[in-house]
Amino acid sequence: MISEQLVDLSRLQFAATAMYHFLFVPLTLGMVWLLVIMESVYVMTGKVVWKDMTRFWGKLFGINFALGVTTGITLEFQFGTNWAYYSHYVGDIFGAPLAIEGLMAFFLESTFIGLFFFGWDRLTRTQHLMVTTLMAVGTNLSALWILIANGWMQNPVGAEFSYQTMRMEMVDFWAIVFNPDAQAKFVHTVSAGYVTGAMFVLSVSSWYLLKGRDIEFAKRSFRVASAFGLASVLSVIVLGDESGYTVGEAQQTKMAAMEAMWETEPAPAGFNLIAWPNEAEQKNDWAVEIPWVMGLIGTRSVTKEIPGIREIKEKNRERIIRGIVAVTALETLRKHRDDPVVKQVFEAHKADLGFGLLLKKYVVDVRQATPEIIDKAVHDTVPRVMPMFWSFRIMVGLGMAMLLLFSLAFWTTLKNEWTRRPWLLKAAVVMLPAPWIACELGWVVAEYGRQPWTIYGVLPTHLSVSTLSVESLYGSLAGFIGFYTVLLIVEVYLMQKFARQGPGSLGTGRYSREPVHHAAPAHA
Amino acid sequence: MIDYPTLKVIWWLLVGVLLVGFAIMDGHDMGVGTLLPFAGRSDDERRVVINTVGPHWDGNQVWFITGGGAIFAAWPIVYATAFSGFYWAMMAVLWALFFRPVGFDYRSKIHNATWRSTWDWGLFIGGAVPPLIFGVAFGNLLQGVPFGFDDYLVSTYTGSFWQLLNPFALLAGVVSSAMITMHGGTYLAHRTEGAIQQRAVRGAVGAAAVLVAAFIGAGIWLRYGGIEGFVITSVVDPAALPDPLAKTVVRSADAWWANYAAQPLLYALPVLGVVGALVAAVLVSVRRTLSAFVASALAIVGVIGTAGAAMFPFVMPSSTMPNASLTVWDSVSSHLTLGLMFWATLIFMPLIVVYTAWAYRVMRGKVTVAHIRANEHTAY
Repeated sequence: MISEQLVDLSRLQFAATAMYHFLFVPLTLGMVWLLVIMESVYVMTGKVVWKDMTRFWGKLFGINFALGVTTGITLEFQFGTNWAYYSHYVGDIFGAPLAIEGLMAFFLESTFIGLFFFGWDRLTRTQHLMVTTLMAVGTNLSALWILIANGWMQNPVGAEFSYQTMRMEMVDFWAIVFNPDAQAKFVHTVSAGYVTGAMFVLSVSSWYLLKGRDIEFAKRSFRVASAFGLASVLSVIVLGDESGYTVGEAQQTKMAAMEAMWETEPAPAGFNLIAWPNEAEQKNDWAVEIPWVMGLIGTRSVTKEIPGIREIKEKNRERIIRGIVAVTALETLRKHRDDPVVKQVFEAHKADLGFGLLLKKYVVDVRQATPEIIDKAVHDTVPRVMPMFWSFRIMVGLGMAMLLLFSLAFWTTLKNEWTRRPWLLKAAVVMLPAPWIACELGWVVAEYGRQPWTIYGVLPTHLSVSTLSVESLYGSLAGFIGFYTVLLIVEVYLMQKFARQGPGSLGTGRYSREPVHHAAPAHA
Repeated sequence: MIDYPTLKVIWWLLVGVLLVGFAIMDGHDMGVGTLLPFAGRSDDERRVVINTVGPHWDGNQVWFITGGGAIFAAWPIVYATAFSGFYWAMMAVLWALFFRPVGFDYRSKIHNATWRSTWDWGLFIGGAVPPLIFGVAFGNLLQGVPFGFDDYLVSTYTGSFWQLLNPFALLAGVVSSAMITMHGGTYLAHRTEGAIQQRAVRGAVGAAAVLVAAFIGAGIWLRYGGIEGFVITSVVDPAALPDPLAKTVVRSADAWWANYAAQPLLYALPVLGVVGALVAAVLVSVRRTLSAFVASALAIVGVIGTAGAAMFPFVMPSSTMPNASLTVWDSVSSHLTLGLMFWATLIFMPLIVVYTAWAYRVMRGKVTVAHIRANEHTAY
């Protein structure tokens, strides 16, 4: 039996390293397009301030990008180091988008980022703009492929289980690429990245404007950020995860949990604006409900019902019971590959194999599962409601607040009224962390909301881990925490140092706070 | 669609190409990292060394990442078994690599001698540790790795990290380190002049000498030192669905030489390894630096090819459960995935080579102290 501690520590390590990685990714995704926009204006107008903007924001982009690369390497290999059984079981499908991501996207962004920083004097203006654009395309393509991989974890289309090879195998590549979950996720996630990039530039520019520094530089940056941010935040909210709502069972379970819908209500269901979910009694202690809204958002109709948690669990109980037959047949087939009777039984119950495997958390031989054990497994099939409900609401609330901020900022920039609204500039500075919090909570909803599965309905998280010792996990987790803490301190120190110094850090002689010339430090 | 057995062999070759590509491309900037504290004595000189690879190290590192992704896609059970089995070795590689992106990008952003020298040693670790560990890993593959599978194909590694550091594996680590240092030395000599170039040449020549000695030594050890290879004794059906438990494997003293005995032309690979290194040393000494770099790259092809040719069709033999050894025939993805990934690689790899070459062309020429001083605020 796999120890629960090993599973918990493996999950903790993955969650910590992935969420840490995603502190840097959204800023990269968004800022890179702001650089493309700024440089395009430079190439079209020839005004040097736009080149300085590209270079200064590019410098901050580079500091952020370095940690994105550092922490991304961990993730590429962590599936193998810590989720070995997962890697074997679904590598045939999951590995392909990861490898394509490397071939199509990582090479592109990583090769051209070098020329972006070092090619200014060696390339023509148009060539350099092309380099910046290819870098932007590369970063966004990498998001596409990793989200195709992640979308498949939520809604595993285009694949079949093979008992001979004891794993899932790809049967339709294009179904995986055009998986509606993956496409919705891609749009939602990159848009969230664009918002993050826009917020960063907006906040820092607002700070310069408040201080009355480098006004021409800051005004233009503010203008670009507010327009790009407004478009992006609308895209996050309107296109968003919405299309993902109605697709697939994973989304049904997730939706029931994040809306705290314990019971199936008569259509159209009401929307719990806020509530206090009570896990033990499977109900909400109190709730502020808006009638009809949930039904409308969730089903686009007034007659379709949305299943509540209780109904979902009852369906899952049936699937677990059928899954016991599937697991038993599979284990016989592994010993006698060609037994036609067992093969038939297995094929008939194959769809519920994953549900049978859920029992492996409690018993080695699933036929020994008592009603109590089955109860536990059924209970596991829906993630805890409280974290889902509130993560989702805080994320949406922050999204709405950013919509308001970018709308006001865009209005201000149209009217050229920066000096009349210092409160808005202050709000923009204060709201700097908002997109990061929203992004991280979004991943909590997506990934915690998929539990107890790594591949929804196919492979339980519990079985996915590598057979490592708990000590190894403590050791590596401590190492990651140590390294990442130091790196974060260094990164934030450099970010704020150069953000404070502003465009003067380029040493062009055109801005405030130009650097004093340093002699090269003597070497120890 | 290409048939399954052919695709299985193609993927063995493609993983080889990715591995060699990684060693040549990321290898030269890792070699430069290894030489950094010795080739650059002052801050300006160290900046020169760093800026020879400054615009390129990130793209080069993608060979490593894509190599990992390709093994995941083409040999999922190898990706799973190797990286979880070599857990601490992988952690050491990852943590060493952490120093590179931040080392390159952050080092020269602060004017402080301690700060800069700390990152210089970080870049040294990021350059020196991964090649050493990859060599040690190869040394262990040649001896077999203690792992097995249950009926569900859950892999269990029964060795320890310290067991990986046995004498033969450490010698393989020396081969790998020397090879990468030599390669980095030829590149550094190509992109610098004067005193730095002189030190790079010395580093490259010294490393080439160590490489030749250690490589020949490892060969002799493998031949006469009692290291047994592995051989499949059951009938192999290359078209069969992959199942690593379906064959029988025994250990035998001459198994790693069987391919060479059957196909003597393969001896060209070890010869290429030795001759390439010697020629690289000579050429770099007479400052034919670009040719030296090419010779050094050919030596890499020879050295990695030698190990691959010895082990084929084995990828990761098991010392404790030989029948569970992973081979080219039974550790692969499905026919569909192998085919798909083959076409993806065929389309993108040439594009990558073309734009990488263009990037090097744009940045060509010697990096000098004068260049660093003129670009005080933008150079690494």
